[in-house]
Amino acid sequence: MEAPNVENRLISNRLEGVSASGIRRFFDLAASLEGVISLGVGEPDRPTPWHIREAAIYSLEKGYTTYTSNRGIAQLRQEISRHLEADYGISYDPETEILITVGVSQGMDLAMRALVNTGDEVMVPDPAYVAYVPCILLAGGRPVPLPTSEETGFLLSQDTVSNSITPRSKAIFFGYPANPTGAVMPREQLQAVARLVEKHNVIAVSDEIYAGLTYGVEHTCFASLPGMKERTVLLGGFSKYYAMTGWRLGYACGPEEIIEAMTRIHQYTMMCAPTVAQMAAIEALRNGEEAAQEIAADYNHRRRTFVKGLNSIGLHCLEPQGAFYAFPSVKATGLSSVDFAEKLLVEERVAVVPGSAFGDCGEGYVRCCYAVAPQDLDEALRRMGHLMADYHNQ
Amino acid sequence: MVPSALVGGEKVTKKEKEILRLLEKDARISPAKLAAMTDMPVAEVDAILRKAEAQGAILRYKTVINWDRAGEQQVWALIEVKVTPQREVGFESTAERIARFPQARSVYLVSGTYDLAVLVTGETMHQVAAFVGEKLAPLESVQGTVTHFILKRFKDDGELMQGGEGTQRLPISL
Repeated sequence: MEAPNVENRLISNRLEGVSASGIRRFFDLAASLEGVISLGVGEPDRPTPWHIREAAIYSLEKGYTTYTSNRGIAQLRQEISRHLEADYGISYDPETEILITVGVSQGMDLAMRALVNTGDEVMVPDPAYVAYVPCILLAGGRPVPLPTSEETGFLLSQDTVSNSITPRSKAIFFGYPANPTGAVMPREQLQAVARLVEKHNVIAVSDEIYAGLTYGVEHTCFASLPGMKERTVLLGGFSKYYAMTGWRLGYACGPEEIIEAMTRIHQYTMMCAPTVAQMAAIEALRNGEEAAQEIAADYNHRRRTFVKGLNSIGLHCLEPQGAFYAFPSVKATGLSSVDFAEKLLVEERVAVVPGSAFGDCGEGYVRCCYAVAPQDLDEALRRMGHLMADYHNQ
Repeated sequence: MVPSALVGGEKVTKKEKEILRLLEKDARISPAKLAAMTDMPVAEVDAILRKAEAQGAILRYKTVINWDRAGEQQVWALIEVKVTPQREVGFESTAERIARFPQARSVYLVSGTYDLAVLVTGETMHQVAAFVGEKLAPLESVQGTVTHFILKRFKDDGELMQGGEGTQRLPISL
């Protein structure tokens, strides 16, 4: 009898299809070069506001170093509930409908594991944040891409969603304001999606981590649309708006039954989110609005300058209305997004993220983060312009 | 388009305030850059700046320098000044008189146990002491002074003297 192939059995089949990022080589290259200006980051360019850090330090001094309730500290859940009510007029019971998670990332994983059965289909916009598809796959689901394009502002269309719904559709998983495109879904378009969600009895998982970062347009909380609270898992967090990426803190709000199921997984796999981060988040929600708005205004100034600059050097870019990313087209160069990003990195020492990392529809684009010091943004634009001059001259 | 307000005490428009706040953080931003940042025509930005300058809303475009790091020592002192208020003008004339000395970096009327807080700079302690002893204390309306030499400046005019905090971000994150 042939001995079993231990090597092949080492890693679970569940990881099939979950590949390490195809552009890891590019990341390694970016990390190895000197003098690189990186627009490839996905987080704010400043530390967490001091009053939030100071509150965390104080909590440590006071001895808040133990586990918290699985669901998270009650005051934090109450503050989140109050904020959602004030911002969107939507009411969540802090006792049963809110779970504090380790970043939105954990919320995504919990939502998929709590909702998806093997073979269930979950619709995802393309391009979209890189973790959506792996979370679906790890839960045993089948991701169904919802193609979007520059022509339609990288927004979800009613027709695309409608045409993708099948009897196996379990959920639709999206995030607006969007990473990588900066697109913000207008309320009417979200309403059209909501009607389909209701009609076909699917669950919406809405990643709203960039909710506070919109420019000149209003963010619509998907769960606040009529009939959607009952069928939406709302994922939010503190990383982007309060510059708290390293604290790893987020939350999930939804129907009691789903939050209870997510909490069951959370209690055995995570226990609770870090206590010090929860204490910091209470301070952020109670007193952090002014500083956060100032930071958002700062991003807006950089966004305007940067997008104008991109268009002026021949990298056509839609005006992003949210998050802190621009998603210019590199099609004019005739290069793939990976080739363009590598050329820009090697020749001009500017790092951007190839759009193909975010899905097939991201091919032909690169993601540029403008949460970067203004002088670095200016210099990056100058270098990108230098690269583009070669193409203009050809 | 000519901006509306910027008269002392009058409410400035949102756009005017946006321009002033940007310049307060970085006086070197050019009008063209300001226009791009705020989505305004350059001519409108120019008009706002001219008006703000004319009306004294913008007093000067300055740079915050840490002279210690520039290799030049400076002595700073905070002087508490007790003043006898004068008929009709109160503390005003004494405060204005002190403010005209170039050694007086800042002059504030304050509540509490003394009346004026004066921030004085000089090259040496002797220079600062001489200014207090020979110019400030002898003023007729000045009842007394208390001098606090500043041992270390941690933050000045909103700027951390050690420089702003940076972040240690990964070069690429998704």
